[in-house]
Amino acid sequence: MTATAEPRQAPRRRINLHAIGPLAALGVLLLIGIALNDNFLSYSNLTNVLARSAFIGIIAVGMTFVITAGGLDLSVGSMAAFVAGVMIMVMNALLPMMGQGVGVILVGILIGLVTGLFGGAINGLLVTRARIEAFIVTLGTMGIYRSLITWMADGGTLSLNYELSGVYRPVYYGTVLGVSWPIIVFALVAIAGEITMRHTRFGRHCAAIGSNEQVARYSAVNVMRVRMATYVLLGLLVGVATIMYVPRLGSASAATGLLWELEAIAAVIIGGTMLKGGFGRVWGTVVGVLILGLIGNILNLTDLVSPYLNGAIQGIIIILAVVLQRGGIRSN
Amino acid sequence: MKPVLSLSNVTRSFGPIEVLHGIDIQLHSGEVHALIGENGAGKSTTMKVMSGFLAPSSGTVCIDGDPVRLTSPAQAEEAGIVMIHQEFNLAAHLTVTENVFLGREMRRGPFLDHAGMRKYTQALLTRLHCNASPDARIADISVPDRQMVEIAKALSRHARVLIMDEPTAVLTARETEVLFQQVDRLKAEGVAVLYTSHKLGEVRRLADRVTVLRDGSMVLSDCAEGMTEDQMATAMVGRDLSDLYPPKRKGGGDVVLSARDIRVPRFVEDASFDLRQGEILGFAGLVGSGRTELMEAVAGLRPRDGSVTVNGATLPADRMRPAIQAGLVYLTEDRKESGLLLNKSLRENLTLLALERFSHGLIDRKAEDAALDQAIADWDIRIPHRDVLAGNLSGGNQQKLLLAKTMLTQPRIVIVDEPTRGIDIGTKQQIYRFIHRLADEGLSVIVISSELPEVIGLCDRVIVMQRGRIAGQVAGADVNERAIVRLAMGLEGEAA
Repeated sequence: MTATAEPRQAPRRRINLHAIGPLAALGVLLLIGIALNDNFLSYSNLTNVLARSAFIGIIAVGMTFVITAGGLDLSVGSMAAFVAGVMIMVMNALLPMMGQGVGVILVGILIGLVTGLFGGAINGLLVTRARIEAFIVTLGTMGIYRSLITWMADGGTLSLNYELSGVYRPVYYGTVLGVSWPIIVFALVAIAGEITMRHTRFGRHCAAIGSNEQVARYSAVNVMRVRMATYVLLGLLVGVATIMYVPRLGSASAATGLLWELEAIAAVIIGGTMLKGGFGRVWGTVVGVLILGLIGNILNLTDLVSPYLNGAIQGIIIILAVVLQRGGIRSN
Repeated sequence: MKPVLSLSNVTRSFGPIEVLHGIDIQLHSGEVHALIGENGAGKSTTMKVMSGFLAPSSGTVCIDGDPVRLTSPAQAEEAGIVMIHQEFNLAAHLTVTENVFLGREMRRGPFLDHAGMRKYTQALLTRLHCNASPDARIADISVPDRQMVEIAKALSRHARVLIMDEPTAVLTARETEVLFQQVDRLKAEGVAVLYTSHKLGEVRRLADRVTVLRDGSMVLSDCAEGMTEDQMATAMVGRDLSDLYPPKRKGGGDVVLSARDIRVPRFVEDASFDLRQGEILGFAGLVGSGRTELMEAVAGLRPRDGSVTVNGATLPADRMRPAIQAGLVYLTEDRKESGLLLNKSLRENLTLLALERFSHGLIDRKAEDAALDQAIADWDIRIPHRDVLAGNLSGGNQQKLLLAKTMLTQPRIVIVDEPTRGIDIGTKQQIYRFIHRLADEGLSVIVISSELPEVIGLCDRVIVMQRGRIAGQVAGADVNERAIVRLAMGLEGEAA
C-alpha cells in the first residue's frame, strides 16, 4: 500500500530482535558464566577463550561473505588440515637446506597462505565456471582434502621438526602488550571484514547477488567475479587461520580441523546472516563465534552439565537463533 | 436475489493507517464485476479481505446474506471463494494434474488415484478449451496455459466466486480473448467473477458492473453499460486525463547509436537500426518477437553477433559495464525479477547500478542518502517512510525507483522496456512526461511497448519487429495502429 505521507518522517524503530538477539544471548552467557564461576571473568580465562575461538572466528568472517553472496563452503575444516599438512611437510623438507631459523617459518607461512588461496580458487572456479552447486562442490572438496591429509600423514600424525616448532611457537603463544597474536589477528580480520561488508562496493555486491542474482546481473554487477572473490577470500582466511594454528600443536592429522566448517557456519547463522544469502553482518558472526566459544568454556569451568554435552547445547543455540531470526524478519 | 458475496462498510487498517474506508461491494452470481483504481488505491487489500487473506478491521463480510468471519484462504475456498493471484500459485516442478489436486488429492484406499485425477483434470482442461497436457510440468507450459490451470484448479474446488488479480497483464491480445471467452462461459454457469485490470478497454468488454476505488474509498460503483473509458479513468485519477500523452515533438539530430546485423541465436536475426540524438524511437511487435532480446544484446546483457557503436565507438558484446560507460543503459521489463532487490531498502536499490559514483574506497552513505532524497523528489516516489523495502512499494513507485536507479548513471541513451506494464493510468502519464523530458534534454530514448496507443502517442518513429526480424518502420504522420499491426502480423514489410 502506498501512503502519501511525508517521506522524511521515518517511524520510530521498534526494538529489533533480529539485531539485538545475538548480543542479548552473549550477555546472558556472560552473566551465567560470572554467576557460576569466580574465575570466569579472569583475564587469563577470557583470553584463553578468545585465542581458542580465533581460528574458527577468522574462517567464519570469510564464511560470512560466501554465505551472504548465496554460497556455502563445507570444505574449510578439511582445507585447514590439508594446508597445515602441506606447511609442515614443506618446512620439514626445507630444514636441511635452509637450516632452522625464521626463513623456513616465513616460507612455510607463505606456502600456507598460497595453498589456502588456491583451495578457495578451486572451489570458486567449480562454482562459477563449471556451474555446480556450492554444496556439492565443497562436499566433494571436503572429502578430498580430508582424504589427502590422512594419506600425507599415512593415517597418523605429521609433526613439525622439534627445533622449528620452538622458533614458530611465538606466533600462537607470543603476545603484544599482553594480547596474544591469534586474538590480534582475529580482531584485525573482523574489523576489516565489517568495514568491507558494510562500506564497500564488494560487500554491497555480495548482498545484492545473494538477494537476487538476476537483478545483480542487470545492475552491471560482475556476478561471477564477485562470487569467485568470496571463495578466494575464504580460502585465504583459512590459510591465515592455519598459520596461527600450526604452532599451537606443531602437528597435523586426520582429526585436524574436524567439524570446523560446521562451527563456522553456525557462528555465521547465529550472528544473523541469512543462510540463503542476501544479508550478512560480520559483527554478528564475531558475536556468534564468542557465543559458541563461551558455551564450551562455561561447561568446562562448571560441573553443572557434562562437557560432553557441549555439542548438544551448541545445537540448541543454533536452532534457537534461526527461530529468533525468523521472528525478527516477520515483525518487519 | 441475494448476493453471493458482499462486503458492507468494510475498513482495513495496517497499524495506525487505515487503507480501506467503508467499502460496499456485492458480487452476484452470473455477473462479472470489475474493480479498478490506481496502484495503491486498495484493490489488492479489498480482494484479500474477500478471499480470507486479510480480516477486515471493521464491517462485515456476508456469504449468501449470512455474516461470516473468513480467517484463512482455505476457509474461503471451502465456502467457494477462490482467488487467482497475479503471480500464479503453482508448483513449477509438479504436473498440471498434481497442481490441480494439490492439497486435496483423490485417493483409492491409502494410495493416490492417479488415473482418476488425470481424467478429472483432462475433463476440466477440455471444458476450458486448454490444450495443455495434464501430465505436462507447469514449468514447461506457456503463461496463458498456466492461467487456465489456475482456473481449472479453482473450478475443481467448486468455485462460486472467482477473484482474478490482473489476469490479462501477462497475456497477448489473442490469449486475452480466449480468457474472456472462458470468463463468459463461467458467468453463464452462474459463477460470480471479480476482476481487476489497468486496461479499461477490457473492462468495457467484459464487466457487467464497475467499482472504482481511489485512495481506499469507493468513488463510483455502477452498471458498466453506458460508462465510457474516459469516465472510468477520470474517476480513478480524480482529474481530467484528456492529455495522457505529451504533445508530439520533433526529434532527430545526429546518429548516436548504430546497431548493425545483430544476431542473437534463437531470438534475433540480422537486425540493424540507428537512433538519433533527442529522438524517441518505439519498438513494437508481438510479445516474443525478439524486441527484449535485441535490446539486451545491444546493452551488453546477452551474447550477440554484429556490431553496436555509440558515438562512433564500438561496444564489446556481452559486457554491460562498457555500455554504461558509453552512456547507454537498459531498463528491464521485469521489475520484480531483474530490476529491483525486493527485500532491500530503497537506498541500496537506488545506488546499485551507479555504485562507483558513491564509492571512493568506502561507500559514502551521506551521498547515497542525498541521492535518495533527490530521487524521491525528482521522480515523485511516494513512500510511507524511508526504511520501506522496495518490494513493499506499489508497481508504479517501483517503476519510478527503477527509472531513478538507471538515470543515476547519467546516461545519454536510455532503452526502456515496457515502462508502464501493470501501472495505473495516473502514473503512466507521469512516466510519459519523464520520457519526454529526457528527450527534450537531448537524451535519446528507445521505448519497447506492447501497448500500441502508448507507442503511437509517445514515439517519433516506430520500428516493428516480427519473429526476430525488423519488419519495417513507420515515422511521423504514418505512425498509426493499422500500419504497425500489419507489420507486426507479417502482412507487409521485409519479413513478409
